[in-house]
Amino acid sequence: MNQLEMSEIIAAASFLAGFLGALSGLGGGVVIVPLLVLGFGVDMRYAMGASLISVIATSSGAAAAYVREGISNIRIGMFLEIATTIGAIVGAMLAASSPTRLLAVVFGIVLLYSAGMSLRRKKPMALDGPADHLAQTFKLDGLMPVDGDWVPYRTRRIPLGFGLMFGAGTLSGLLGIGSGAVKVLAMDEAMQIPFKVSTTTSNFMIGVTAAASAGVFLSRGYIQPALVMPVTLGVLAGSVLGARFLAAAKVRTVRLIFATVIAALGVEMIFNALHGRLS
Amino acid sequence: MNSLQIAPPDDRVIDKRIGLLLRFGVMLAATVIACGGILYLIHSGARVVSYHHFAGTPASLRSITGIALGAVQGNGLSVIQLGILLLIATPVARVLFSVLAFARERDWLYVVISGIVLTVLLYSLVGHTRL
Repeated sequence: MNQLEMSEIIAAASFLAGFLGALSGLGGGVVIVPLLVLGFGVDMRYAMGASLISVIATSSGAAAAYVREGISNIRIGMFLEIATTIGAIVGAMLAASSPTRLLAVVFGIVLLYSAGMSLRRKKPMALDGPADHLAQTFKLDGLMPVDGDWVPYRTRRIPLGFGLMFGAGTLSGLLGIGSGAVKVLAMDEAMQIPFKVSTTTSNFMIGVTAAASAGVFLSRGYIQPALVMPVTLGVLAGSVLGARFLAAAKVRTVRLIFATVIAALGVEMIFNALHGRLS
Repeated sequence: MNSLQIAPPDDRVIDKRIGLLLRFGVMLAATVIACGGILYLIHSGARVVSYHHFAGTPASLRSITGIALGAVQGNGLSVIQLGILLLIATPVARVLFSVLAFARERDWLYVVISGIVLTVLLYSLVGHTRL
């Protein structure tokens, strides 16, 4: 396969990943690494580099759309980015000193976890109740639109959320992914931010988190432009188109299919790593 | 509603501008990456390359001056890498913009918080990427 053919096939596959990622709300980034490693025999580190850059592109692209709708919370995002960016640098440093087989196993576990997380049912959030002291100090409570009205919501358990975000950042730098599933866990479950706000704020943060590890990846030679080009352009075009179809799609069905794909890729990553098929 | 005061500041003007900034940055970066890709594939499209073994990219694709020099000379890979640098710069610009926007709102707490994030980002980019 020459360079032109390889670019075309990788771009097409990345387009599909971006499209399904946007339709399901799971993000296409998480399947890029297994796609390149298992499908094209690409070295884990080059795959992680390409994935990381595509994650910055889709996050900034999607965030642009979300931010204009005004449901992300800039203060929550900025506050938690302190944890995610420091975590991302730590993760990127760890990636350089970890054997690729170990990275592949961790990656497989994250894929399985992401698949499971995406199928869980959302609990309704309590919007009112006593104010959290730290949330007030850092002005993290906000307003969100519900049926045309602006309704206030509260933020809780700030230290737990902050700690989980550090972990999300570390995973992002370690594996070259956005780790949106961990970010949503920290904001939904720990801090009890309404789903509408947490999803968009998480999307908003992913690009900044990924940019923090990009410098380390670039200087270590993980960013292979010939590979990043088809992946990033493909994922970006796919996610833009996917977002257009979002309103018409049966999200639950798409979600189920994509989660199954992610889980299968997770099992295959772990299997291949344990059998020494990944160099 | 209870009596506790909830007064979230109206961030919607900031939101709108940040949205525009992100969109412009991504579009510019994607255009540069696509141009570099076309250049690269015209010159080297027929070559057979494998990424199975990790050797790391050459030094000229790891440093900012190396990338800029190669891009000026019309090297496709360097032009792609330049687009990637623009893409990485987009969220950094977003954080820088937030520092300024919070300063204009006189929200000093959030000037400090976004300043910390900006410092961490610049440390990662400048501290690791060789000029």
